[in-house]
Amino acid sequence: MDAFTQHIGTAAPLRRSNVDTDQIIPAVYLKRVTRTGFEDGLFAAWRNDPSFVLNQPEYDGVSVLVAGPDFGTGSSREHAVWALLDYGFRVVVSSRFGDIFRGNSGKAGLLAALVTQDVVEQLWTAIEADPGTKVTVDLENKTISAGDVSAPFEIDDYTRYRLLNGLDDVGITLSHADDIAAYEATRPSFKPATLPAKA
Amino acid sequence: MGRTLSEKVWDAHVVRHADGEPDLLYIDLHLVHEVTSPQAFDGLRLANRPVRRPDLTIATEDHNVPTFDVDKPIADPVSRTQVDTLRKNAEEFGIRIHTLGDPDQGVVHVIGPQLGLTQPGMTVVCGDSHTSTHGAFGAIAFGIGTSEVEHVLATQTLMQARPKTMAVTVDGVLPDGVSAKDLVLALIAQVGTGGGQGYIVEYRGEAIRALSMEARMTICNMSIEWGAKAGMIAPDETTFAYLKDKPHAPQGVDWEAAVEYWKSLATDADATFDREVVLRAEDIAPFVTWGTNPGQGVPLSAVVPSPDDFDNENDKVAAERALEYMGLTAGTPLREIHVDTVFLGSCTNGRIDDLRAAAGVLAGRKVAEGTRMLVVPGSGRVRLQAESEGLDAIFKDAGAEWRGAGCSMCLGMNPDQLAPGERSASTSNRNFEGRQGKGGRTHLVSPLVAAATAVTGTLAAPADLPPVAVPANA
Repeated sequence: MDAFTQHIGTAAPLRRSNVDTDQIIPAVYLKRVTRTGFEDGLFAAWRNDPSFVLNQPEYDGVSVLVAGPDFGTGSSREHAVWALLDYGFRVVVSSRFGDIFRGNSGKAGLLAALVTQDVVEQLWTAIEADPGTKVTVDLENKTISAGDVSAPFEIDDYTRYRLLNGLDDVGITLSHADDIAAYEATRPSFKPATLPAKA
Repeated sequence: MGRTLSEKVWDAHVVRHADGEPDLLYIDLHLVHEVTSPQAFDGLRLANRPVRRPDLTIATEDHNVPTFDVDKPIADPVSRTQVDTLRKNAEEFGIRIHTLGDPDQGVVHVIGPQLGLTQPGMTVVCGDSHTSTHGAFGAIAFGIGTSEVEHVLATQTLMQARPKTMAVTVDGVLPDGVSAKDLVLALIAQVGTGGGQGYIVEYRGEAIRALSMEARMTICNMSIEWGAKAGMIAPDETTFAYLKDKPHAPQGVDWEAAVEYWKSLATDADATFDREVVLRAEDIAPFVTWGTNPGQGVPLSAVVPSPDDFDNENDKVAAERALEYMGLTAGTPLREIHVDTVFLGSCTNGRIDDLRAAAGVLAGRKVAEGTRMLVVPGSGRVRLQAESEGLDAIFKDAGAEWRGAGCSMCLGMNPDQLAPGERSASTSNRNFEGRQGKGGRTHLVSPLVAAATAVTGTLAAPADLPPVAVPANA
């Protein structure tokens, strides 16, 4: 994963709440066995609608998505994060994220920036007044700014640390292999095992 | 001070704790399916890492498999590739797999319990948000993304921040004809889709204690629909009786030791929760969703609400959008809404008790003209059990379709989908836009309401149906 320190880009306002991961990418687009190529499924049901925000020419090339509350609820599909990344997004801003989506974002290198709904509204107003507005997301200082708007955002310290350093989770955990082995030695014998199979 | 059920189970799985970092948590059981695992196995191959504990891992194919012609190759080549990829990965990494046609193939959250692999006091994960189902046994069980699937495969652990604790207490006795599904839909309508965020929820109280294991699974299954990290129910005699003869239940002295440990997991009398919610079972009636998230529900006896009924601006806008998408007019009695398709199945309501409940309503009755009904058992074993009880004959005589096991129309990934504008009454868990097929409109219901709706062709409860006519010479 690449390190993430600061991102500057234009943004799209997604004025909807409860955008679940089925909306971000419907199940029929989850059949690929690769990790890339999911941009075609992003917001698939809405992409045919000419009035949908991402179909507006002024929002071409955006890399920040400013969404309503409860973004990314529902299914655990990490494909939702991959689809946003494949489309070109690097940051999603909302006042509330689905837990699993937020976790997946941190793993895959998409910054999920948590702000108050008031800040979301201010960002929407600023972006819609001038879609060319550059949004600056500074992970070091946990701030987001666009035009006259400037506000802090929340992200848990550990995810921030990993994103800033581009660290691989599995590698970190395997450095604690001795702790894992020590724990395993204490597991009670009545805990089930899948092998050998019993009928 | 005492500890809650979830705190006890959490503490028993901490491999490593360091201030300012999430806990490193040991995982007792990892369930794997074809949709969220291929990229995780690729990650292992790239880094030349093995699966650390194949003996704590089990795979099945459920999300993307057809429910008919299951003895033939999968028709859709892209789906077939995904299923074949899981089979190859299972073989390469030494993981047990249950494939189409095997009695233990089926929805991951149905087969874990049916094999007795899901037990109290465990940690259970899967690349599927409805992993919360397994919390019914007093396990901490939650859904994870594909990066975390890879992490568990490689390390048998996960980095997790400790969630807050919440109690949902349901006092009293559920009225006749009111099921666990109605209870959980009523709860979500009250607390909202984000109400559980950041919490592990413990469901407790008289009405919860009275539920069967399968009904408890229905409740815990829907925990994710109100944003909770996990849902749990303390293990008790109902839990032990369910597990006793399951294939992977502990045997002999191990059983005695296990039960003693399981009994120690209940929340201590002096433990406190970060938040508490109380419901009265007597207040709950058959419940149906009218909108496009699981919190948009009302009793079946109600009318479709108006956006003006909501104070919060976001709820108002969401209601407006939902009514437009659902093709509904505010003020319409729910019982007057025509349904094209009834779906009985899923990890929420695809177990044997669910099929028995629906068959009890359909016996001697017919599915209405202009309505179709799909019955999709949660696993091959549920299907076999239903057939041994003659339930398949009841469904087929009524005019319903009797299918093979899988997730099917719950998520519309296989050929079982709604057409644009088509309306369903579904025993599944999500009524999101397009969830069951692009443009499809979903009403979430219990198995009893699903069966009654199939008979009338409009949303209905069994109490709405005229008695079954008994032939004069019977």
